[in-house]
Amino acid sequence: MLAFLNSLPGAVAQGIIWGIMAIGVYVTYKILDMADLSVDGSFATGGAVLVACVTGGMNVWLAVLLATCAGCVAGLVTGIFHTKFGIPAILAGILTQLGLYSVNLRILGGSANKTVSANNHRLILSLRNIPQAVLVAAVITGILIMICYFFFGTEIGESLRATGANQHMARANGINTDFTKVLGLVISNGIVAFSGAILAQYQGFADVNMGRGAIVIGLAAVIIGEVVFGKIFKNFALRLLAAVIGGIIYYVVLTLVLRLGLNANDLKLFSALVVAVFLGVPFWKNKLAQKLNSGSDR
Amino acid sequence: MLKIRNLSKTFNKGTINEKKALTNINLELNDGDFVTVIGGNGAGKSTLLNMVAGVFTPDNGTIEVDGIDVTRLPEHKRAKYLGRVFQDPMMGTASTMWIEENMAIASKRGLRRTLRWGISSKQREEYKQMLAQFGLGLENRLSTSVSLLSGGQRQALTLLMATMRKPKLLLLDEHTAALDPKTAATVLDLTDKIVSEHNLTTMMITHNMKDALTHGNRLIMMNNGRIIFDVSGEEKKKLTVEDLLKKFSELNGEEMVNDRMLLAK
Repeated sequence: MLAFLNSLPGAVAQGIIWGIMAIGVYVTYKILDMADLSVDGSFATGGAVLVACVTGGMNVWLAVLLATCAGCVAGLVTGIFHTKFGIPAILAGILTQLGLYSVNLRILGGSANKTVSANNHRLILSLRNIPQAVLVAAVITGILIMICYFFFGTEIGESLRATGANQHMARANGINTDFTKVLGLVISNGIVAFSGAILAQYQGFADVNMGRGAIVIGLAAVIIGEVVFGKIFKNFALRLLAAVIGGIIYYVVLTLVLRLGLNANDLKLFSALVVAVFLGVPFWKNKLAQKLNSGSDR
Repeated sequence: MLKIRNLSKTFNKGTINEKKALTNINLELNDGDFVTVIGGNGAGKSTLLNMVAGVFTPDNGTIEVDGIDVTRLPEHKRAKYLGRVFQDPMMGTASTMWIEENMAIASKRGLRRTLRWGISSKQREEYKQMLAQFGLGLENRLSTSVSLLSGGQRQALTLLMATMRKPKLLLLDEHTAALDPKTAATVLDLTDKIVSEHNLTTMMITHNMKDALTHGNRLIMMNNGRIIFDVSGEEKKKLTVEDLLKKFSELNGEEMVNDRMLLAK
């Protein structure tokens, strides 16, 4: 139990960082109503670009900016695959994700991973000082949520939301839905790469596989946040916050089950099942409600 | 206001499902015309409207709106000139968004969208007044999600959204067909009011012949992708449903067999 409590701050820090990534997933999954799998690749891209830049002597903030831009480009590619090549969104994301694996290897200089030590470089945060890392990650998340809140309240932000809600309506009101979809993918993957850049600093390295299953963790965070806070958080900013808290809950639970003896190798299976169940709950709820309704009609 | 020349469209060309949806349509609407469009299932009414709206691209022919050739313009660019209300009440609004957000989006139809805040308190006040004229009680529910509105309320809202920025042409695709008779009548009254208030050039598809006769100043009848009857002014005013049915069998050599239309008599 003590060991679990000791590992709690670390879990929270990781949860917040993955929560940032969940905000990116929220943009595509909840706002644009499309599942974008390119995030598995762009998350690692963010981490790889950061490590390559910082170890090359670049200022860390500039490196974060560059990593974010790299993610935006990845989103742009998926967007072009989807809208200009007519490839279904899921497949477009898978193609980008696959291609990014090679790109990420190149960014990392041909090796599967590369370290960036807090000893030799000034980093924004590191697991060597977890309380500080939690604080910094929390502040960054707060700022990001505010930016998203304002952006999605603007005319352009509104047009993105309308595209996700009803494409017919969006087009009938003069919204270029191809453009808004691409823009959404660019923003989403930018945020995801940003969180990858943060995680690389936190853990002190980037790995070409660090994004494997990222979409699942992002979805888990979004869905857990929705299930737990859906009834009380109505405001858009609060909904994003719910996704971040969902990420924290996910990591705390993960830490707990590991402490309880789950084999770390089984972690991905565990994650996949958890997300499947959480995705199933609203569907089952609906079915049950329908059954009860038709029962009372008779 | 609208000029359609030699418009043709065949769906699934070269397959066993080939369907000639429109054949050589020529139609000219004058400024302020309110034309009702009737015809049996598969007559091509909706295809014609969707073609004007840019949902489908024609095989042949041209479409001009107010002197501008829009034939090759994508749907979202054409939206600048058009207001649209759909048959399905779900289609005209973004149901997960608020009433005021839907209106804010509609108020920028055809304008450049920027990073300005989507809605101002001044606009909110304007929206309130617009909604109050409807008498549906929506004016105090600006921040209600559209998903909570009834079908009739949604169609009324869509109608308002389609006309907030005066369109060159208002396209109504059986916009009352999914509503109960009483609500349909309310929405139709509203339609008349808005059309005459803004003097809008309007195309309204309906399956209800009585509605087609009592509304608008012109009527066209379609069958098998062609316009087979076009009547306006005094001549239209004198028409009865029986006349229309007779006209149809006369022009077509067959009865206008369509349960929906007969029931709607």
